[in-house]
Amino acid sequence: MLKKHQYYGFVVPALLFILGIIILPFIVGIFDSFTNSNGISREFVGWQNYSLLFHDYNFLQSFWLTVKFSVVSVILINLVGLIFALIVTHKENWFNNTLKTIFFVPNLIGGVLLGFIWQFIFTNAFKALAGNLSQGWLSGWLSDETTGFWGMVILFTWQMSGYIMLIYISFLNAIPHNTIEASMLDGASEIQTFFNVKLPQLAPAFTISLFLTLANSFKMYEQNLALTNGGPYRSTEMVSMFIYNTAFVNFQQGYAQAAGIILFLVVAAVSFIQLYVSRKGERQ
Amino acid sequence: MKKLKGQNIIYGILAAAVGLLWVYPFVIVIVNSLKTKRGIFSNPLWFTHDFTGENFTTAYKALDFTNSFVNSVLITVGSVVLITIVSAAAAYALTRVQVKMSSFVYYLCAATMLIPFQSIMIPLVSMFGTLNFLNRTALIIMNTGLSVSLSIILYYGAFEGVPKSMDEAATLDGASALRTFTDVVLPAVNPMTGTVIILNAMKLWNDYLLPSLVVNKNGMYTIPLKMYMFFGETNSEWQLALAGLVLSMIPIIVLFLLLQKQIMTSVTEGAIK
Repeated sequence: MLKKHQYYGFVVPALLFILGIIILPFIVGIFDSFTNSNGISREFVGWQNYSLLFHDYNFLQSFWLTVKFSVVSVILINLVGLIFALIVTHKENWFNNTLKTIFFVPNLIGGVLLGFIWQFIFTNAFKALAGNLSQGWLSGWLSDETTGFWGMVILFTWQMSGYIMLIYISFLNAIPHNTIEASMLDGASEIQTFFNVKLPQLAPAFTISLFLTLANSFKMYEQNLALTNGGPYRSTEMVSMFIYNTAFVNFQQGYAQAAGIILFLVVAAVSFIQLYVSRKGERQ
Repeated sequence: MKKLKGQNIIYGILAAAVGLLWVYPFVIVIVNSLKTKRGIFSNPLWFTHDFTGENFTTAYKALDFTNSFVNSVLITVGSVVLITIVSAAAAYALTRVQVKMSSFVYYLCAATMLIPFQSIMIPLVSMFGTLNFLNRTALIIMNTGLSVSLSIILYYGAFEGVPKSMDEAATLDGASALRTFTDVVLPAVNPMTGTVIILNAMKLWNDYLLPSLVVNKNGMYTIPLKMYMFFGETNSEWQLALAGLVLSMIPIIVLFLLLQKQIMTSVTEGAIK
């Protein structure tokens, strides 16, 4: 058994890493958000950064875009992920296993690479399709706010659906076979079985997937950078990019940090709601 | 029965179509990376008659691929090793010794997971900058600090499942506390070690944001950093950019093909726990 000094030897390294790399910067960050820090010198300015942020068109626009993006992505990714899970668990064979792999693979690739891949598809492949099929709406993607937004949604759905699919699969596989068989024997169609037997069992999977997608889309940066780089005219700039550019391009670090604190408050609030919802679900 | 068979065929065709659609972006990238600029211009959707491997030699050189690959490996492996050791040790002690500090550390881990990276990156990088300590070692230390919380929580669940009688038996056999941990308890949670390694390795291998702030300098570039730079230099020479993308994707795809099952299990486990 661990003696006292051994216990500290085991725990303290982890504790130091957490305190030094997360807690200390977090506290410094709260302090910095009340200063006009430019990375070199800082002066206390009170609530000024926060009050300016609430009137900063670029910040409000990036925040609103992030919320819109998150809501749309969460719905699409969970829908597609669930459909994929139902497809590949339909029957156990090589065909479905291959499909499962194909659906998951985009999730392995980093955000920067994904952004460039889709930039090519939207600007070149879509343009060629537009010509071949004479569908005008397929050309000029990423060149305006709307197609830039949907471009990011499509990219993110492609990346995340396979990941969310895995979560749904593990819950689908946990449903006892005889429950499903019993319902089929009772004469229920496959669709009825899905809604009455499978779907209720998927409730916890739904909560997990919902908030995983939400957390990821709120923090998205690399895909945004490589696909549109916020353009045209900062119209597709999400919160993370706003923080990054304000801090490391314009060197308004105190101001950017205040935006970072607001992001923290929102993400923490969302996480608490998740905790509350899933606890409540477990008790029922 | 006949109707069922017909349904199955339609279902199969639809599913295959969705699968093809999903894999098509990769196909497009690979196909066009093997063409000349003119080939891409004439038809980016499929093969044209101009095959060339030249894009790859150019991209390999421009990406300084050997060096970038080595940097990515060094940073990923270094971070993952440190994360695994530090978090396994801590989680083991937390489950075995029930003192106030244990629950404090556990809740600290849970709480820090609420903090988005973007909310601490500015002070974190400026702290290391003030110390003039921005290099690969610094990145490994930062990666470790940012990843131990989740890894400890994953390990915590696994160690809780190992009965304490196992520790006691080892102690009775004369094993030291360290030996009990490394030779008896840790091997009992090997699947979780696999999960911790895979989850962290995937995240860190693909990471761009933090490396761009810490190792964005000559000789230290990782693959995503170099790819980003190279993309800017290609100036709409898509055949080169695409060859670079294919090169950059090869390592992780190869690893996935080798460890497919384990990777998918780990990813699921990491999400659900």
